Amino acid sequence: MTNNIIEIKDLHFSYNSEDKKPSEVLKGINLDIKEGEFVAILGHNGSGKSTLAKHINAILLPASGKVFVNGIDTSDENRLFELRQCAGMVFQNPDNQIVSSIVEEDVAFALENLGVPYEEMRKRVDDALKAVNMYDYRLHSPAQLSGGQKQRVAIAGIIAMRPKCIILDEPTAMLDPQGRREVMGVIRKMNREQGVTIVLITHYMDEAAQCGRVVVMDKGKVILDNTPRAVFSHVAEMKKIGLDVPQVTELAWELKKAGIDISTEIITEQECVDMLVKLLNK
Amino acid sequence: MAVLETHNLTYIYSQGTPFEKTAVDCVNLKIEEGEMIGVMGHTGSGKSTLIQHFNGLLKPTSGEVLLDGVDIWADKSKIRDVRFKVGLVFQYPEYQIFEETVYKDIAFGCKNMGLDDDEIKKRVLETAHDIGLKEELLKRSPFDLSGGQKRRVAIAGVMAMNPRVLILDEPTAGLDPAGRDMIISHIKNYHKRMGNTVLIVSHSMEDIAGFADKILVMNKGSLFCYDDTEKVFSRAEEISQIGLDVPQITKVFIELKKRGFDFGKDVYTTGYAKNLLLKYLKGAV
Repeated sequence: MTNNIIEIKDLHFSYNSEDKKPSEVLKGINLDIKEGEFVAILGHNGSGKSTLAKHINAILLPASGKVFVNGIDTSDENRLFELRQCAGMVFQNPDNQIVSSIVEEDVAFALENLGVPYEEMRKRVDDALKAVNMYDYRLHSPAQLSGGQKQRVAIAGIIAMRPKCIILDEPTAMLDPQGRREVMGVIRKMNREQGVTIVLITHYMDEAAQCGRVVVMDKGKVILDNTPRAVFSHVAEMKKIGLDVPQVTELAWELKKAGIDISTEIITEQECVDMLVKLLNK
Repeated sequence: MAVLETHNLTYIYSQGTPFEKTAVDCVNLKIEEGEMIGVMGHTGSGKSTLIQHFNGLLKPTSGEVLLDGVDIWADKSKIRDVRFKVGLVFQYPEYQIFEETVYKDIAFGCKNMGLDDDEIKKRVLETAHDIGLKEELLKRSPFDLSGGQKRRVAIAGVMAMNPRVLILDEPTAGLDPAGRDMIISHIKNYHKRMGNTVLIVSHSMEDIAGFADKILVMNKGSLFCYDDTEKVFSRAEEISQIGLDVPQITKVFIELKKRGFDFGKDVYTTGYAKNLLLKYLKGAV
């Protein structure tokens, strides 16, 4: 077996509705993700990125084509439980994902369903809560937590299952900057320290810039797939499909257009400052 | 003249219990008629609590809220009128849609105000136009629309009531960049036509830079500042310290200043940054 944890082969999908003609949302997606990768998926609303994510843990099944996660065919119903333990999903709205009235019970929910023995469960819940920095809140009611804290509890619930990969569908869209930083910090840590494969769907370019690889979707197809640096340097193309690039990349691009000799492959503030200082010192 | 004013406005949640928390602490504000204002503050800063006082959803623990110079709680029976004059659009307002057609949903608030059918029709059509909803959509069920369209229907419902002050709590939350720009430009259209006061809560300084005359920043229950957009942005470093996001480009120019390249003014858009740099670079050649 290769070390691809996720393999998507010629995936097509349409939503059916009664009165309208089915419209194809995914038009032949081919995508391989290696174990331990940190991948961002970008695309405007309706580009098909959430639909794609829902195929990874079999919330949706392909109309045609195949999706394999850790070698498991997602359309194999007999292995559905195994699949969902391997690939956990976190959604946008923290309030929709919390089922219990006590934080640690919420984190234990999936483990109870899986019939994990008590001692093991206790350890996994504690570990998961520590990993997201919510251990001190284990006996609190989720209702009294902030959005960022709730989202971290939701992530802990997934981590407790020890999945090989986590798919997050705009996990920070409803959070304030502080909450976003907390959640991104936890996701990065999971990736770096535990080697968990991360697929992050986001509208925030600064979050995508922190990933190792960025996949851009438009109209049901993958149109760019590269490092953040390389993807964001396509400023005109990104803008055309309704996406932004980091401000510093845009600045470099604008300066280059105006005839200044400058690389457009910059994504961080530090790179931008260094480059400008060099220019200004000339 | 100030349309909204607060005098020593204080609000304490769960007073007298172990959970007692001062959410808004002695805030004094004067909001002038016709301004477009950005409201910022981290979660728990008290900004939502503050705006819920403006239309009487919360009653101050102490202090006053004045609308056109009159204490809104002076006569309790008039509080309903206050809610017609100060319209509040909550976060994710699309979850509050319930009518059979888009037209009826937008008209709902106007009906409650007791307006006649002709006036209601006029207002629904005008606001639908402002917010970018085509007339043929008005006959459709709002539940058949896209998320972005639903949100605009919900916003139009409050706009149609023609409030003196329109307050929107994070109207762009959860939208992609193109969707964010579109909602803001539609709200601007409405503001231009009606000339009323508009307050928009947002976490994004970049968004706020695009529309606000003035910015109100809350921090830990207190008013951190309320001033012209430029002046607030000139305090970018302090704002970043209280947990708010400063545009990337502003941070770059703060760093440049530390390295000896002071461009004087504060920079928060790429367009402006480009012009400044080009002027400097070409001037140096």
